[in-house]
Amino acid sequence: MSIKDQVIAIIAEQAVLEPEDVTMDSTLESLGIDSLGLVESIFAIEEAFDITVPFNANKPEDSDFDISSVQSIIAGIERLKAAQG
Amino acid sequence: MKRVVITGAGTINALGLSVPDTLQAMREGVCGIGPLDIRDVERLQIQIGGQVKGFEAEGRYNRQQISLYDRFTQFTLAAAKEAIEQSGLTFSGELSARSGVVLGTAGGGVSTWDDNYRAVYEEGKNRVHPFVVPKLMNNAAASHVSMEWNLKGPSFTVSTACASSNHAMAQAFSMVRSGMAPAMITGGSESMLCFGGVKAWEGLRVMSRDACRPFSANRNGMVQGEGAGIFVFEEFERARKRGADILCEIVGFAMSSDASDIVMPSKAGAARAISGALQDAQLNRDEVCYINAHGTGTAANDKTECAAVADVFGPHADRLMISSTKSMHGHLIGGTGAVELLACIMAVRDGVIAPTIGYEEPDPECALDVVPNEAREAKVNVALSNAFAFGGMNAVLALRTAP
Repeated sequence: MSIKDQVIAIIAEQAVLEPEDVTMDSTLESLGIDSLGLVESIFAIEEAFDITVPFNANKPEDSDFDISSVQSIIAGIERLKAAQG
Repeated sequence: MKRVVITGAGTINALGLSVPDTLQAMREGVCGIGPLDIRDVERLQIQIGGQVKGFEAEGRYNRQQISLYDRFTQFTLAAAKEAIEQSGLTFSGELSARSGVVLGTAGGGVSTWDDNYRAVYEEGKNRVHPFVVPKLMNNAAASHVSMEWNLKGPSFTVSTACASSNHAMAQAFSMVRSGMAPAMITGGSESMLCFGGVKAWEGLRVMSRDACRPFSANRNGMVQGEGAGIFVFEEFERARKRGADILCEIVGFAMSSDASDIVMPSKAGAARAISGALQDAQLNRDEVCYINAHGTGTAANDKTECAAVADVFGPHADRLMISSTKSMHGHLIGGTGAVELLACIMAVRDGVIAPTIGYEEPDPECALDVVPNEAREAKVNVALSNAFAFGGMNAVLALRTAP
């Protein structure tokens, strides 16, 4: 499964939606994922990809990880995986 | 001062997953203690407990809830549902704003600590689930009850080891009696039957390997249980006007601190709590027909407790009944007073005294009527419930037949 498909599956599970309901321009908010759902999604992403996501719930906008849309999350994970080598 | 009554009761424990099932088991003298079914049980010296069986979280809660609910919270929510539904109360408006939740627990989310220590220490993992803290905190259960039932008044969690529930219920009682709250959800829960929880208790060498036999000369220690007991305490006039089914009245309580030893009980401290409860309830000592004992089945507790009862009641000590239901459901630690209050309710409401099972040999140092092995029918107007905790913190509640 591609990174994109895996991330969509994780987010869909968290939002209790089907993967096809999760589009690249969806925001977590539009999918009904609240702040606890967000940290749980990040945990699931870290577990799935064996990465550490630099996300601080106190200051999401200052985190070095853009969570503004599904697309930006996938791009962030791809960068982290690439940096991991 | 307002009068305070109980209008709802709920429980999950080794004897049953509801109050009717639990009381039926107590009448029949059923033993809920058996072999523990937990991970790594073979590495434990103590392999028995009053474990809750047949409680499936998956059928009761959704996935998101389970990720937030430790087992002690799961027990609490199930018992709270039974209690509040029985009371018939709906919390909205003023009632919601002023009614709260005060619960007791000694350890809170012990199995959440245990599982996550395993993950980082034993399995070498470097991350844990984000809900570890909100799941394990001692007030998690009280908070979830408040959220589930819209309770916005005074709410907190009390932790005084084995007296936690009695201290919590004493607080709830005080709040309703003083007029601070029209109703309170109270009681407690505990779920320490996991490897780390039992291993910690093993260390003290006070646990029995075979049975809990309170007051019996051949007793050899306590047996842990798990579960929850939750009650609705309500102001009497309010309950009467709405035609609620009143289970019993709470008439008084007292607390005391031994100020002597971190584990050894004190006769004087226990006696001060018992006599304090009588004084608070304005009861003559000969009005007390039944005491639900702390009765842990340890050498130290049972003889100290009997001596305290003898001191307080004098000749009447030989006429009252005193039993320990821990012989059946085990010691629920911070939840124990709440489950044991059910036995007191059964005494004052139904006239049935729950027995002390496993009683085999009289002990001259426990020479009271401990209602050995078989339940008894008796008219009981007033009952006491004792809890004497490690740390020397004691709390005794007094109940009376519904007005």
